[in-house]
Amino acid sequence: MASIATTPTGAKPRRRSGLGRRLLSPVTRTTGVARWILVAGLLLTLVFVVAAVFAPWLAPYDFAQKRLADGQAFPKMTAPGGDHLLGTNDQFFDVLSRVVWGSRTAVEVVVLSIAASLVIGVPLGLVSGYLGGWLDRVLLLVMDALFAFPSLLLAIVFAFLLRDVLGGTVLADVLGVGVTSAALSLTVIYIPQYYRVVRNTTVSAREATYVEAARAIGASRWTVMRSYLFPNVVSSVPVIGTLNAADAIGTLAALGFLGLGIQPQEAAEWGYDLNRALDDTSAGIWWTGLFPGLAIVLLVTALTLVGEGLNETVNPTLRRRKLVAVVLPPRDEKVRS
Amino acid sequence: MPTRPETAAPTETLIEVEELEVHFRLQGSSLARLFGRDTGHVRAVDGVSLELHQGEVVGLVGESGSGKTTLGRALLGLEQPTGGRIRYGGKDITRLGERDLRSLRTELQMVFQDPNAALNPAMTIARQVGHPLRIHGLAKGRDDLRAKVSQSLERVGLAPVERFLDKYPSDLSGGQKQRAVIARAIITGPRLLVADEPISMLDMSVRSKILQLMLDLKNDLGLTYVYITHDLASAKFFCDRVAIMYLGRIVEIGRTEEIFRDPKHPYTKALLAAIPDPDPDRALPRDLPRGEIPDAADPPSGCAFHPRCPRAFEACGWEPRDLQTLLDSHWASVSVEDYEREREVVGDLSGLERARGRAVLRPGAGSTAADVRALLDRLRAADPEEPFWRGVESVDVEGGDVIVTFAPAEDPVLRTVSAVRVACHLYEA
Repeated sequence: MASIATTPTGAKPRRRSGLGRRLLSPVTRTTGVARWILVAGLLLTLVFVVAAVFAPWLAPYDFAQKRLADGQAFPKMTAPGGDHLLGTNDQFFDVLSRVVWGSRTAVEVVVLSIAASLVIGVPLGLVSGYLGGWLDRVLLLVMDALFAFPSLLLAIVFAFLLRDVLGGTVLADVLGVGVTSAALSLTVIYIPQYYRVVRNTTVSAREATYVEAARAIGASRWTVMRSYLFPNVVSSVPVIGTLNAADAIGTLAALGFLGLGIQPQEAAEWGYDLNRALDDTSAGIWWTGLFPGLAIVLLVTALTLVGEGLNETVNPTLRRRKLVAVVLPPRDEKVRS
Repeated sequence: MPTRPETAAPTETLIEVEELEVHFRLQGSSLARLFGRDTGHVRAVDGVSLELHQGEVVGLVGESGSGKTTLGRALLGLEQPTGGRIRYGGKDITRLGERDLRSLRTELQMVFQDPNAALNPAMTIARQVGHPLRIHGLAKGRDDLRAKVSQSLERVGLAPVERFLDKYPSDLSGGQKQRAVIARAIITGPRLLVADEPISMLDMSVRSKILQLMLDLKNDLGLTYVYITHDLASAKFFCDRVAIMYLGRIVEIGRTEEIFRDPKHPYTKALLAAIPDPDPDRALPRDLPRGEIPDAADPPSGCAFHPRCPRAFEACGWEPRDLQTLLDSHWASVSVEDYEREREVVGDLSGLERARGRAVLRPGAGSTAADVRALLDRLRAADPEEPFWRGVESVDVEGGDVIVTFAPAEDPVLRTVSAVRVACHLYEA
């Protein structure tokens, strides 16, 4: 591209509007490998999101369907092909449908758990870091205690506890008790990460002159936190978010694999299917385990790629910015005369 | 550089500071904190009285650590004083709560030293300059806000305004950022502006422009400035009155012309002598103060400047640790053999740092009090002009120890000497 280009008169240089540009900036700002990592991750994630959103139309059958509408039962453990593209499993379920519906469960759990940990962890970190004092100490102690537990163990305990607590709540009615309790138990183990990162960046940003300047113009604590600290401390949060999302898929599958997660009648869940398929492998039945497993691996990979790609764009020490060619505006004779 | 316009004699008092003290508690070790032990205080501002008149520019000048910035911040209520009063508009602002202080912030504003850090990197210029108006609810609707922001940016010379409104601070140069900081400070129509070294981080080429802008704003908007600086040259050009600060106290205050024409306090003289002279042929005898500014957590007794003062005498507050400083500087200049021999004579010196009033020198093993005394006499004979010896009242031998007694210390207070006020024992009648 020529460094000095003239656009045709009358045509304005194309500039995306503010929001669009900011949303796309991670992609447009990066270069080289980071960009491809990010794009590949985003595309792969998009496939699963589409599957999740359009599951009722994409999946040939329902996730808990064992017989056709006319009452004819599905064959048990039939090989891929024919009416069942990826075969059926020992519970007469259609594997393809279970995989597609499983992506809906996965996306629901990930979105709910990450959103909840953001909504709780980030403000807690801000308040704790800015106000300090005894509140900061107590919160630090609680969060460090949560950190100290093995995350899977913690998730199991909370999944059990929340199951009883959540029954009958609005959230549980919409998403199902299994999905909600799994998501919120993941929330509990992820909050400390957001809290820690935001709190520590807030503590260092608190001493910045612009925060002092905000106080000098009469901003209240709330305004300082919202308008001055928040925009400057959240930059690393999206990276943790995406990496946590990948981790959430793994933990959710582990819960399901142990039989402690979502029950098969509530929603399709890859980890549970994997557990059921464990015995099939010795009998040479590969399709019941391969496809749910593949889905887990692909989605975890996709989210990790997004996280790593984002990290390289957001983290200034890793970032390599693209050189943008300078486009001078066309010479306007009228201005000069 | 442009010249300072002659201002009409200021009359009305805007702010009155009385015996202001800002002491910071030292952190100390974690054990000391756990048991709530007193870990000492840093006396950043230690009893300052000052009157600011409507429409004048008062300079606070001093080295780093002299408490000038803390004083400026305390004037705005950004620092909680530990003692004294700041009277503004009939109220004592040191007693005001956070909420009342916030509403005062429209009238008391600040310009910061580092323009690169004083602007929120995540806000556009338009938003941050207009933010004070939004916080205090001073704009009626978006259009009014935008109009006021544009007006303020134009005032500080950021024109055409459209080029700056939607920029982020990282898009601006240092001088432009400082103009934006000033625009944000004046947008609420303040009466007092505390400028904390507003030009020290700027390029030489824009310094005088920013100062001229501040003078123009002062004349147009009737502002009062507190100008904090370590740069006497800019204070000379900018200020109506100058207060010289040393270790949290004002040592000399008066009209700028008077201070520069006839500095009274030895510290002021030293500061003035330290101003670089552009003429290479005229080598001035610079008797710059010796050593560094002392620890504000444990300031010297009497006049805090006495250990560095070339004209110090009996009343200035000599104390045992000055003896240690004297011995140290002596030993730094002699040969190693001499040092080792003399070092053995005086024995343990670690007590001098804490001792008050009189110094007890216990001779080292194999030496007698007479040896110690002889050493002190030799030191005195080598440099009889050293101000330290004027503060020594007597050197006695008492039960094998040498006791050095010092003249009683007295805190110098500000008193009027011709046209200025000075805190120095030299000017006591």
